[in-house]
Amino acid sequence: MNNIQKNRWKDQVFKFWGIFCTVIGLVLLTIFIGDILIDGIRRIDWDFITDLPSRKAENSGIYTALMGSIWILALTTIIAFPVGVAAGIYLEEYAKNNKLAGLLEINISNLAGVPSIIYGLLGLEVFVRIMNLGASVLAGSLTLSLLILPIVIVSTREAIKAVPQSIKDASFALGASKWQTIWHQILPASGGGILTGVILALSRAVGETAPLIVVGALAYVPFVPQSPMDEFSVMPIQIFNWISRPQAGFIENAAAAIIILLGITFIMNGIAVYFRNKWQKKWK
Amino acid sequence: MEITMENPKKKGVVLDSIVDTSLKKTPKIETKNIKVWYEEFNAIKGISMSIKPNTVTAFIGPSGCGKSTFLRLFNRMNDYVDGFSLEGKIKINGQNIYKKNVNVEELRKEVGMVFQKPNPFPKSIFDNVAYGLKIQGIKDKQLINDRVISSLKQVGLWEEVKDDLKKSGLALSGGQQQRLCIARTLAVEPSIILMDEPTSALDPISTAKIEELIFQLKQKYTIVIVTHNMQQASRISDYTAFFYLGELIEFNKTKNIFTNPEKKQTENYITGRFG
Amino acid sequence: MRKIKELIIEKTLMTSALITIAVTLGIILVLSIEAIQFFSEVSIFDFLTDTQWTPLFTEKHFGILPLLSGTLLTSFIAISVALPIGLTISIYLSEYAPKAFRKAVKPLLELLASIPTVVYGFFALVVVTPFLQGFFPDLAGFNSLSAGIVMGIMIIPYISSISEDALHAVPASLREASYGMGATKLQTAFKVIVPAASSGIIVSIILAISRAIGETMIVAIAAGQQPRLTLDPTVPVETITAYIVQVSLGDVQHGSLEYRTIFAAGITLFTFTFLLNTLSYRIRKKYQEKYE
Repeated sequence: MNNIQKNRWKDQVFKFWGIFCTVIGLVLLTIFIGDILIDGIRRIDWDFITDLPSRKAENSGIYTALMGSIWILALTTIIAFPVGVAAGIYLEEYAKNNKLAGLLEINISNLAGVPSIIYGLLGLEVFVRIMNLGASVLAGSLTLSLLILPIVIVSTREAIKAVPQSIKDASFALGASKWQTIWHQILPASGGGILTGVILALSRAVGETAPLIVVGALAYVPFVPQSPMDEFSVMPIQIFNWISRPQAGFIENAAAAIIILLGITFIMNGIAVYFRNKWQKKWK
Repeated sequence: MEITMENPKKKGVVLDSIVDTSLKKTPKIETKNIKVWYEEFNAIKGISMSIKPNTVTAFIGPSGCGKSTFLRLFNRMNDYVDGFSLEGKIKINGQNIYKKNVNVEELRKEVGMVFQKPNPFPKSIFDNVAYGLKIQGIKDKQLINDRVISSLKQVGLWEEVKDDLKKSGLALSGGQQQRLCIARTLAVEPSIILMDEPTSALDPISTAKIEELIFQLKQKYTIVIVTHNMQQASRISDYTAFFYLGELIEFNKTKNIFTNPEKKQTENYITGRFG
Repeated sequence: MRKIKELIIEKTLMTSALITIAVTLGIILVLSIEAIQFFSEVSIFDFLTDTQWTPLFTEKHFGILPLLSGTLLTSFIAISVALPIGLTISIYLSEYAPKAFRKAVKPLLELLASIPTVVYGFFALVVVTPFLQGFFPDLAGFNSLSAGIVMGIMIIPYISSISEDALHAVPASLREASYGMGATKLQTAFKVIVPAASSGIIVSIILAISRAIGETMIVAIAAGQQPRLTLDPTVPVETITAYIVQVSLGDVQHGSLEYRTIFAAGITLFTFTFLLNTLSYRIRKKYQEKYE
């Protein structure tokens, strides 16, 4: 075999290795979801969704955790959405190329890489203790809001960046002020992109466990939160709690709850992708 | 196992025939009724031509006429384009290069290519020129060294860069970069060099240097060059082919094409009435 | 009037942006204030050199090394899994795969990164560990091996996606030049494209390491809660993050020394990830300039 044939042969070997690696990721994803479905799908019924947690696996349900997750999701959206989008607008439209912008940019990039559990420590100290909110839905939501803020800001910036300069020029040329241009032209034009980013960020928040454990969210909450100041649990913590129990029945519960959690995550991702595709078409 | 370039007989099928000087009169490149599609789009609509060894052939025509596509058939660079399909036969040194068992890598050693924009690798000047030898698995340092020097000398770059061979190829000027890319091609000792508008990104002085170089290279190589510049075609080429909408309108000695074209379309184009 | 309104709006937007600075300052302040109080009771020397971590026992030791070794061990296993696979995927998708395949596969792989980590923890504990025990009967129920492997699977998309972007951004003209000289795709990929995209690839690896070090739920669920200075992947260990979770789940008094240990552990973790993130940001900035 001469060198060229050897090189061709290596090339083919690598190609199959590449296909193998790519497929193995997807196969694992499938095995993994399949396994969880087998473990948990029989456990899912209406009672499982509406039952309170219980000492006995077969009587336990996810009601309080599900409601807790919805509370957290709602409050986090209310807090992180306006702040994140406003910060994104500022960075993209106002603070271009000054010193502050450079500082903000490196700072946000760094925040995006801070482990989520560190946000938990921040929330524990600032929201739970100093602001005296206790282990409440509000404290949890504030913590998660800070956690997803960098994601919302970055995706807002990218969405705004994609708006053609010609649209801005046209608006300014008609005598619109900067804010009028942003409000009437840029935001509507970049809305789909911003929405995509926010939904993806929220889908991350819905799956977060560690920071909420640190701020003191409970594994066992016998009631649904009635106000932002109530104690709470969320789906991932409920799952974590069930995984840590030795009885087989709880593993089944955990699998069933995971199916529901994954369902929520995938649906949110699906919606995000839908908005992105719809929005991207607009510029093509 | 190591291939020594001094012994071309050891190399693959494509090379064997060039050693035989009796083949000099037979065409270097020969195409028969070539048709090319990109998905549904018919880019080349049945072209036959033959190119003689040690000549410079210029492909001219308006943008989108298929001249670049046609050129890139000769070293099978279109193979990577999605939806590409081909009908017809292309023979180089008498061998059909689109036959199943043809080794594309071997073919490209034989048929070198210089691109529109200078595209040196982000490596040193030396490594740029040595690249083709290294990927063939040649490890003989002396041989590589000699070949790098002789290639740089051939393109007239040696005196300019001999003291900084370790410098990045990207640090050179545009014209120097393009000559580096030609040197890189020469280093693997092809017998055909394809040039896809090699001077379109260069200033007039660099262009003149490259044209001068092409003139010299003709002694050893068969050169096919795509150009937008009709003066350039008339200055450097022996033969000129005029393409229009995927067809070969006229192919003749350059002198004839520019002084006495047979077809009306050719005349319109070279006199600047369209294109 | 209009000017004042514009000004107020600008200042409001700016305040939102400044919140991010406040967050960073908040993190640094909270961690260091609690950590300083911690170090007024425990010497930094002991913290860095003691080989035991037993703050919740009667006989207390405060050596971070066991937690650090647990963190590094699980991260190392994760990177060993994710790096070769992720890099191969990125090269395959960018240099070999048909466009349609690439377009379909990339979002599917990114789905791997969107799965909540508690779910991966379940997978590691309930599926991977029993599976591996079939091969290694000595493998403990909690171990860094399965936690590390599953974490590796989770971070594959971080490496494959960012590296693929970097490879894809290498100008096509370099590919053509290399093919044109008779190089195979493999030679082109490794001799030209990967070196040209190296900064982007390095960034992806650093981000993946940083992600692995800070990952919490997988290790808290599957690697155990036994701080132990070891490189043995088959026994239970505890990572920095898992320790913080362990303390948070228990009843530790605010303001006690035990309470402060999680901040001392936290600042150690933060320092590592901060250095890694800053490094990757620097490289990314340099690399952007290269292509502009």
